[in-house]
Amino acid sequence: MNSRNLGEPILGVEDISLAFGGVKAISGVSFQVREREIFAIIGPNGAGKSSMLNVINGVYQPQQGTVRFKGKAWTRMVPHEAAKLGIARTFQNIALFKGMTVLDNIMTGRTLKMRSSLLAQALYWGKNQREELEHREKVEHIVDFLQIEHIRKTPVGRLPYGLQKRVELARALAAEPVLLLLDEPMAGMNVEEKQDMCRFILDVNDEFGTTIVLIEHDMGVVMDICDRVVVLDYGRKIGDGTPDEIRANKAVIDAYLGVAH
Amino acid sequence: MTQSVTTGGVVADTYPRLLLHHAEVRGGRAAMREKDLGIWQSWTWKQYAEEVRRLACGLAALGFRRGMNLAVIGDNRPRLYWAFAAAQTLGGVPVPLYQDSVAQEMLYVLDNAEIEFAIVEDQEQVDKLLELLPQCPRLKHIIYDDPRGLRNYSRPELIAYDALREKGEAFDRANPAFFMDEVNAGKTGDTCVILYTSGTTSKPKGVCLTHAGLIAAARGDIELDQFTERDEVLSYLPMAWVGDHLFSYGQALVAGFTVNCPESSETVMTDLREIGPTYYFAPPRVFENLLTQVMIRMEDASRIKRWLFQRYMSVARRCGAEIMDGKPVSFADRTAYAIGNLLVYGPLRNILGMSRIRVAYTGGAAIGPDLYRFYRSIGINLKQLYGQTETAAYVCKQPNGEAKLDTVGRPLAGVEVRIVESGEIWVKTPSMLKEYYKRPDASAESISPDGYFMTGDAGFFDGDGHLKIIDRAKDVGRLNDGTLFAPQFLENKLKFFPFIKEAVCFGDKHDMVCAFLNIDMAAVGNWVERRGLAYAGYVDLASRPEVYALLQDCVEKVNTDLAAEASLAGSQIRRFLVLHKELDADDDELTRTRKVRRGFIAEKYGVLVDALFGGQEHCIIETEVKFEDGRKGSVRADVRICDLPLVTATAKAA
Repeated sequence: MNSRNLGEPILGVEDISLAFGGVKAISGVSFQVREREIFAIIGPNGAGKSSMLNVINGVYQPQQGTVRFKGKAWTRMVPHEAAKLGIARTFQNIALFKGMTVLDNIMTGRTLKMRSSLLAQALYWGKNQREELEHREKVEHIVDFLQIEHIRKTPVGRLPYGLQKRVELARALAAEPVLLLLDEPMAGMNVEEKQDMCRFILDVNDEFGTTIVLIEHDMGVVMDICDRVVVLDYGRKIGDGTPDEIRANKAVIDAYLGVAH
Repeated sequence: MTQSVTTGGVVADTYPRLLLHHAEVRGGRAAMREKDLGIWQSWTWKQYAEEVRRLACGLAALGFRRGMNLAVIGDNRPRLYWAFAAAQTLGGVPVPLYQDSVAQEMLYVLDNAEIEFAIVEDQEQVDKLLELLPQCPRLKHIIYDDPRGLRNYSRPELIAYDALREKGEAFDRANPAFFMDEVNAGKTGDTCVILYTSGTTSKPKGVCLTHAGLIAAARGDIELDQFTERDEVLSYLPMAWVGDHLFSYGQALVAGFTVNCPESSETVMTDLREIGPTYYFAPPRVFENLLTQVMIRMEDASRIKRWLFQRYMSVARRCGAEIMDGKPVSFADRTAYAIGNLLVYGPLRNILGMSRIRVAYTGGAAIGPDLYRFYRSIGINLKQLYGQTETAAYVCKQPNGEAKLDTVGRPLAGVEVRIVESGEIWVKTPSMLKEYYKRPDASAESISPDGYFMTGDAGFFDGDGHLKIIDRAKDVGRLNDGTLFAPQFLENKLKFFPFIKEAVCFGDKHDMVCAFLNIDMAAVGNWVERRGLAYAGYVDLASRPEVYALLQDCVEKVNTDLAAEASLAGSQIRRFLVLHKELDADDDELTRTRKVRRGFIAEKYGVLVDALFGGQEHCIIETEVKFEDGRKGSVRADVRICDLPLVTATAKAA
């Protein structure tokens, strides 16, 4: 993994602090993610990991600090702007349209790429026909890539959990993101499903060169597939480095095993 | 078939020549389809021939020469079928391998067939071959179809299919006469494919089949069932299996019909429905899975639909198969069947993807009577065939209108079947193997001096001239009065009852046939519960008189069947007992593939066998059992033995 050809820093998080009333979720956290890196954020429950992702794609507005992405810096961001910049994400609790088919769900990931008007889309008329065919082809490539051909016409609600997670990844990929945020992509999966998901994450990274930031509790997975890891505890950064460095980090071991504060 | 197929004055008697023939006479028709990105893509015969030309030239440019073998590994993909034809054009031999084998299992075949060139589907197969490289120094070139995930591989052995194709184009431009010279150099008696037999007992053996043999087999099949260029098949069975080779490659190239490759192994059901093949081949377990899916969905259907289904399935059971066979059926039944066809059978066939099926075949294992009747009764012309890799699956087939449950039909055109003294079936077919690859010893063991292949199966011809397979020849014995005793045949008959999970029959060198039975805990448990009886566990359930009565009924039905067959009437089961424990692979009583180990069981339960033949009423037995965590325990039981009267042919009811 260390010999991988990683690029310049693409995402920089600088001195971010986020509080909800009196509760400090994140205080003064900084880190950098390089292009084409698989980067993990780990930490005990309530450490502020999901909040961090929410800050990056603009769901939460931090009180202090800057997020820098592809040379652009901001403190306040809104999710659809983040999406336009090329940031896509999946959610801890699957957020798909349960009654829609897999294909339709993935198609929604391409909404931002649609150029024709709402009316033209509704009537499937004019230039929209060709456009929709192009989008469908892109979606089919993703279906092929994630090996979900056999369920493309199945309503998402009828699928097992592991497959729903894969569909969610497919929808995020449909937006052709530069940066992909995965919030616990393997939570609740069995060993086999986890292995599949790991393979897909590595494949996405390899095939499309997508930079990936993920939150995960399964340390085996994190240590195996990630280039670098940042550790949060009570909203503070307590470790930052390669998996090997993190494994040897005293503060991290203490945070996970618990010591008297 | 007397019709001779020619192209430009050359008789199409090898596969490459057949391909060129089709490219000439039906160049614009679809030869192959594959679903890619959700859309069926097709290739015409003309394109098929052009692709094979490029591929053959590319292989030649890499150094593939006459007499070499080409390993082909992957799911059913058009490009892999083209590789068959390309290797054959160059006078080489394709060797398809099972795509789900692990690397070490492939090693023996790669080594035995002296593979230097392999064409594989994707990264998964490439990884396996790269893993084996140190042990297979001969392997020089690995051609892959799907480049996904292989971008960062830099092994010199690897070459992408598209790159090979370009090499081929360049080679063809430089040597324009090369391709046709190679096609013309092919001889009809050449080996055209080596199929490795699974080798459950020993190392796999490579079965060498010839162009002449396979083409003759395909012609025979085509003539029997009148296949034309308008037929459609879905190729989804492993390419290394003789069934798929004959049906998706051989017969397609002879008849000129269209082969459809599914998108992936998981989408076969959907693809089947979209394509609607006219000709279909599957082992019994596939038919069983389809039926189970239908039944599960029916359970969930609304009450009206369930009622309709049951109402009309009983009509179909009564007269469906008879109507298909053209037998006389009353007007009332015909009318009811026509309504059922409109409301139930038609939609059902559609769901199964079988609306357009003219002929469906099954083979390779015994098919359950209910299963067989179900498909035939809803208007699917399901028939059985018999054959093995060594005969290119061309020995017997059931002709239309003569489908019988327990036979495999009549010998096909040009096939001679001989039943030798021991009851073993010997066959001489035009499609027979040339030899086992590099195994003269095995060839001599299986082919008689006068040219018959010894199948190892035991069987006989019934009154209508249909071949009936009863067992593996080595398992067949004789009772003391000389009656034929075929344990597996009896056991299969018993196991078709849902209540009986396993059966073991004894009788060789005894006066009568006796059987051990294992109940099916789920089925019998359910039956008992519905009658409001309580039971404590397996041992208790197995010893209950009600259960004995239930099983006695099953065995009597088997005996009634046997009584109708003169040569088997003597091997009726006269005594049986229900074992107090389930036969288990952990206790070495079954093989891992769930076949009973008769010899071992006879030894382990010697006391019970003695009690059966000794005429005792019951017997006390204590056996050691291994639990899944490795601990050992023992089960003690008093097993009752049940006697059955002899059924005579005249006493047979309906």
